[in-house]
Amino acid sequence: MKNNSRNNDERRYKQAVDQLTGIAETIYAQIDKGQIPKMVIPLRTKSNIKFDPKTSVWKYGKASGARTAKKLKGAQMLLRTMYMLEFIEDMIDENKSSTLREMYYISEGWEKAKFEAQEESNLLAEDLEIITGCLREDFKLRPEENGASILGNVTITEYDRKGRKKKINCRDDVGDSGYGIPYNVEKDKITINDVDADFILAIETGGMFDRLIENGFDEDANAILVHLKGQPARSTRRFIKRLNEEQGIPVATFTDGDPWSFRIHASIAYGAIKTAHISEYLATPATEFVGITATDILQYKLPTDKLTDRDIQALKAELTDPRFNDSFWKSEIETMLEIGKKAEQQALAKYGLDYVTDKYLPEKLAEIDLLK
Amino acid sequence: MSSIAEEMAKKQKEISVAEFFEKNKHILGFDSAPRALITAVKEAVDNSLDACEEAGILPELQIQVEKVDQNDFKVITEDNGPGIIKKQIPNIFARLLYGSRFHSIRQARGQQGIGISAVVMYAQLTTGKPAKIWSKTSNAHAANYLELRLDTKKNQPEILNEDFVIWEKDHGTKLEVQLKGKYIGGKQSIIEYLKGTAIVNPHARITYIPPDDPMIVFERATENMPPTTKEVKPHPEGIELGELISMAKNSHADKMSSFLVEDFSRISNRVAREILDIAKVPQGRKPKEMTLEQAKSILSAIKEVKIMAPETDCLSPIGPSLIKKGLKNVLGDVKADFYAPPMSRDPSVYAGNPFIVEVGIVYGGQLNKQDQVQILRFANRVPLMYQQGACVITKAVESVDWRRYGLEQRGGYGIPYGPAIILVHVASSKIPFTSESKEAIADIEQIKQEIELALKACGRTLKTHLSKVSRREKTRLKFEIVAEILPKIAEKSAKIVRKPIPKLGGTITKIMNIVWVDDKIEFEKKKHKVEINVYNYTPANRSMELIIVLPNNGAKLTKAKPEPVIEKEGQVLLWPIKKLSSTESAKINFELSGLDKDSYDENEIYVTGIDPLYIIGAEPLPGDWDIEKLIMTETPQEEEGAEEEEEEADYDEEGEVLSDEE
Repeated sequence: MKNNSRNNDERRYKQAVDQLTGIAETIYAQIDKGQIPKMVIPLRTKSNIKFDPKTSVWKYGKASGARTAKKLKGAQMLLRTMYMLEFIEDMIDENKSSTLREMYYISEGWEKAKFEAQEESNLLAEDLEIITGCLREDFKLRPEENGASILGNVTITEYDRKGRKKKINCRDDVGDSGYGIPYNVEKDKITINDVDADFILAIETGGMFDRLIENGFDEDANAILVHLKGQPARSTRRFIKRLNEEQGIPVATFTDGDPWSFRIHASIAYGAIKTAHISEYLATPATEFVGITATDILQYKLPTDKLTDRDIQALKAELTDPRFNDSFWKSEIETMLEIGKKAEQQALAKYGLDYVTDKYLPEKLAEIDLLK
Repeated sequence: MSSIAEEMAKKQKEISVAEFFEKNKHILGFDSAPRALITAVKEAVDNSLDACEEAGILPELQIQVEKVDQNDFKVITEDNGPGIIKKQIPNIFARLLYGSRFHSIRQARGQQGIGISAVVMYAQLTTGKPAKIWSKTSNAHAANYLELRLDTKKNQPEILNEDFVIWEKDHGTKLEVQLKGKYIGGKQSIIEYLKGTAIVNPHARITYIPPDDPMIVFERATENMPPTTKEVKPHPEGIELGELISMAKNSHADKMSSFLVEDFSRISNRVAREILDIAKVPQGRKPKEMTLEQAKSILSAIKEVKIMAPETDCLSPIGPSLIKKGLKNVLGDVKADFYAPPMSRDPSVYAGNPFIVEVGIVYGGQLNKQDQVQILRFANRVPLMYQQGACVITKAVESVDWRRYGLEQRGGYGIPYGPAIILVHVASSKIPFTSESKEAIADIEQIKQEIELALKACGRTLKTHLSKVSRREKTRLKFEIVAEILPKIAEKSAKIVRKPIPKLGGTITKIMNIVWVDDKIEFEKKKHKVEINVYNYTPANRSMELIIVLPNNGAKLTKAKPEPVIEKEGQVLLWPIKKLSSTESAKINFELSGLDKDSYDENEIYVTGIDPLYIIGAEPLPGDWDIEKLIMTETPQEEEGAEEEEEEADYDEEGEVLSDEE
């Protein structure tokens, strides 16, 4: 088993090196022929994500853009690509790995190719995933832990850092903050042994996650609670996806009522624009939304904040986002724009600390048949 | 203006001068404490400059403002002018409406003879202190020293004290007054006034000693005096009824016809006859006996008769080269990127008065990009500090669509925004001020039009400069790509694929795909040495003709390599460049003499015979130029199979925020 996985790793890394070298070969050949070097990459924009009926998630469409050395920015990105290829190949060669943040700092020594912000290096790593069809883990790049956690009757087996198997029940073997989701949740790291739950509730904020635990909602409703910690990391989405796919557990998201929370739901249920090349692995179609809607704000008479200019801009952008192009989202987004208000999920405390578990969630979950 | 003067003269009989002054403080420039101080400096400086110029002396002025106590200041001004003979001193400094210039038609700073005596009187009224005057003429051994007061009942000077004193100066005048005022900084301050004065009087050396700060010296930017202005007789089209009557009364002529011919400019015997015929006034009538009715009909007859435009040699424009020098000299610390070649319009006329408009624009450097542009207004070489909004200069600036010339302007109207200073100078034998305080020029259509034309001409050169700069910037970016980034991409990719580093030539020419005309000018031993390099950074051979247009200011071509074809009496130089191979360059050198350094700091380069889209660093030859016959008949070679015209979106310029996070 161990050996097997090592062989597996080696195959993955070799493939990554081959693919990355292929990029360098293309660039080299273009210069050698006296052409302007360029790379063609699917456009990572909301107008270029299309629904894939086979997998029921949103992926990049056929539109592509060129990164060419004709422009300063493009030339710079191509040079960065070359540096990054070299760096990744060296890491694979020396059996080392780095975090995305370390990768960003490594570029300090790249002179003209130095990244201005970590966002830039993250995006380039994603570009490479898209071009090669590999995952960044294959490039020995990993994200920082982001502290998302899970609490519920799920038993898993995890290989710890020393290669030992550890069986963990995510309710009985962990503290009140739950089981911390690691950055790698693939099968070589985590096996899901057993689950006893009716549904997964993915919660945006830590405050609400704690409230539901204190109120014993996980046991009362026989639910798995996941703390998303804002826009969920890949591993959080992947873990939810595995629970859903392998164990057949339905998923609902419970978020604040604002444009950014709608996007949290979208990245779980439909796929995020930024990672649409791997939506298949990350998105869980059929995820339901029980977060605060504009209708809820009115119906439950929730305390609100005024929409900021950025909120309004984000809502308007969502109106042209194909993922939100259905009657439910259109009407909720338009209503929110109309009332000009947003509300946090914790605003439900207006009616007492138990209101969310006694009234709000039971009502909302009953609507989608997750709770009787 | 004269009507106000007459009114004043009348009033002097009825009310005391002091009373008149008190009532008209605002129009004389003493309406606020800070302004009183500036006015005192201004009147003294105007007088000194006028006196120096009249005597043909390069002005050397010193202005000192000394704080006596919280409200009282001493203003001491000193010049190297011709000096004033003793008899005249009391009249000039302590008698209102006494001046040599009152009835003359020529361009000068002071006109009324109110200015300096008003300062003396204001000082006397606010502090009780007399004015102290030192003056020495060039053949005198000692200076006259006088302490003066103005008798406000009689409008007569009163000498309190007089003496002879030794003064090391050969000649000059010094005035000391003590007055109530307030010392401030900012846009309307003494220093700004003096700065403006130094810009438009580059022949003056001005030293300023402020109350608390160190001394400031504006060195002169030229040793040449402005040409002296001729005094001319009034032009009939500018005459007003009152003026005509008083001229007739004071005329030495004994017949109406000779009165018109002798006392006005541009009236010939024939024109005089024509006017009098139309007005039905007998030619032989004595001017002193002209009736009001006759004066009126003469005025309307003047409008019907064709009269030559007034002479313009009574004007003294600063001239483009000195405006530029003045601006550079005073605004040096701004480190501007660009001084648009100033524009001096040809003389024009409003209501019989000749005038000239001059405009200069300073751009970039440390000027603030977000601010409204600064407008420097001048009338007869005097800075205008107040009432900007009411001035025709401001109105003209506002009505130009500056967006065309590279400045920001909302809706194409109003004072534009951007890192620029706009200088406008109006010179005239009679500036039509909106009021006696002489701070704003009246909105007169002809003047406004001339200012607009000058602004637009200057704006066009600014625009040309800006597009040149932006094209240079684009080229610079391309150079950065091919010189710094592409070699690294090649090196790194070669290392990854383990192959030798590939040759870059082909890729470089495709990325650049331009012909770059790079020029530089050096000034050495009174010669401008110009070098032009033409680099072919396109994948194909290129042929073209390169054309240099020399300025029409006495530049002489002394050397050129290779020999150019010379056209248009030496003003146009043309070099054919044949089949310049890809990645090769061609060099052109030439030398000009007869110009000073600042008169040639930008080459005017044009190209023809090549698609202008390939050219950076030169302009396409304007189509309306008559050097058609010189242009190559050879058709430009066909482009090899239009290289992969990409319609692909630029991956890195899509500019959409990918992050869903707040």
